[in-house]
Amino acid sequence: MPGTLHAQLLDLVCGAFLLAAVVVLWLRQLASIVRAFALQGVALAGIAALLDGHDSRWELLAVAVGIGLLRAGLLPLLMRRALTAVATGPAPLAGDAGGGASGSEAGSTAGSGGRAGGTGHHYAEDVSEARETQPLVNVAASLLSAALLTLLAYAVARPLVALHPTPATRALPVGLAVVLIGFFVLVTRRRALAQVVGFLLLDNGITATAFLAASGVPLIVELGVSFDVLLAVLVLGILTTRMRAAFGGTGIDDLRELCDR
Amino acid sequence: MTGHTTAGAAAMCAQVVAVVAGAPLLTGLMRQVRARMEGRAGAGVRQPWRDLRKLLRKEPITPTGTGPAFRVAPALLVATTAVVAALMPLASTATPATGRSDLILVVALLALGTVALALAGLDTGTAFGGMGASREMTVAALVEPTILLAVFALSLPAGSTDLAAIVSAGLRDADRLASPSGLLATAALALAVLAETGRLPVDNPTTHLELTMVHEAMVLEYAGPDLALVELGAQMRLAVLLGLLATLAAPWGIATTAAPLAVALAIALLAVKVAVLGAALAAAEVCWAKLRLFRVPELLAGSLLLALLAVTSSYFLTGA
Repeated sequence: MPGTLHAQLLDLVCGAFLLAAVVVLWLRQLASIVRAFALQGVALAGIAALLDGHDSRWELLAVAVGIGLLRAGLLPLLMRRALTAVATGPAPLAGDAGGGASGSEAGSTAGSGGRAGGTGHHYAEDVSEARETQPLVNVAASLLSAALLTLLAYAVARPLVALHPTPATRALPVGLAVVLIGFFVLVTRRRALAQVVGFLLLDNGITATAFLAASGVPLIVELGVSFDVLLAVLVLGILTTRMRAAFGGTGIDDLRELCDR
Repeated sequence: MTGHTTAGAAAMCAQVVAVVAGAPLLTGLMRQVRARMEGRAGAGVRQPWRDLRKLLRKEPITPTGTGPAFRVAPALLVATTAVVAALMPLASTATPATGRSDLILVVALLALGTVALALAGLDTGTAFGGMGASREMTVAALVEPTILLAVFALSLPAGSTDLAAIVSAGLRDADRLASPSGLLATAALALAVLAETGRLPVDNPTTHLELTMVHEAMVLEYAGPDLALVELGAQMRLAVLLGLLATLAAPWGIATTAAPLAVALAIALLAVKVAVLGAALAAAEVCWAKLRLFRVPELLAGSLLLALLAVTSSYFLTGA
């Protein structure tokens, strides 16, 4: 039956969407995190394409293509560019307190390799920029938290699902869970780029919730949100480079206080 | 009726014989695949059987000061694994064990073997034995909830934790296996199987460095026929767990009757499935490095999360 096949495909895409959020939480390499985020963008486009468009089928398909291009193509590209700019950028100012702190932090986690000799400092710093070395909550605990957040999303969404149970609305907890996981990434990760990914996860979750609950928002709102997100990522990319130039690292722990430098 | 029972019993015996005879061959195949991929000639697929024969001919020796736990463990390991092989519907769902092959019982029997070996490691009183036992118990304590949750997710669509019922439901309704819940549960189970059998990201089965050992450290003191039994037990565990994974993820070809021809075909298919799984695992192991012991809980927390997502998604992603 085509109806059930359709529902199954939607389920698979929703499962992939949730799984990508979990994988972002699991990984440490920022490059792999960006890749997982791109996969999630593909899954989000799949959700939009697979929805039962009751009246605006072509509009939804166009939105799906746009979302796919933006969230699986452009945003990961921008983040990757920011990542390479940060990882291989110009050396920070000598005697910078922030650079020293992040270097020693990486040295303690990168083991003997980072502390090999005089050139070890530079190597260790590169490693610390490309990885989320020490999240505020360790990876095992954040995975368990993600499990709890998913259960919470399921519990919260139950009355909503009961209003009108179709395959799409029944998958509503997926969107809510990704929103919560995005919040969690935003709160617990220290690298600026990981935080950008957290913010984008949050946005992906909101978009998915809108799709699953109401077959998407009007096209003009969707366009506005997409441009907003794009702009935010561009600004954050510039900000990351500036942070790197000012502090020698993108660990947000260095941003304790506002000051005129 | 008695004819059916005899045929079922014969199918069950065939399963056990296939597992006992095939397990060393599976290990040999995996070593051979690995050797070829690393550019070595390899010792041949039958080398584990030759090793077992050599060990069985030697004189049994037990270290002084060891108690019954040390002596009983190898036999218990092999016996529990053989019982599991008899219980599982590897070849046919119409064996006399149908209705008694509870998945929770299977997990408990496998855990019994693990605990017996850990006690044996402690019984030797050596530093490495105790260290290996402590590590093995740490891993086992983290794997057990994952396996139980994955089992729960797999048993939800079938409405029963009976393995034969789960496999029959999978045979009837293949779409279930491709649902997010089924895929996540299979992935979680695969990670748990890797940890439970002491394969690469968790434990290195070919290590010669005592400090990195988990399983090997527990069995350092064994020699002769006891060592042969321990090795056979470990190989059978690997074969049984890969068989379980293949049976749950790809149940096609498993006989629903106890007719000899269907059972023979099912066993041949099972051998192919397990061999493919084993070869894929061996090929993957060439590319993987062992995880640091402190990273293992991370991996297992991940697989626990996959299992939990499998359970929850079977509630909210029920398809039609």
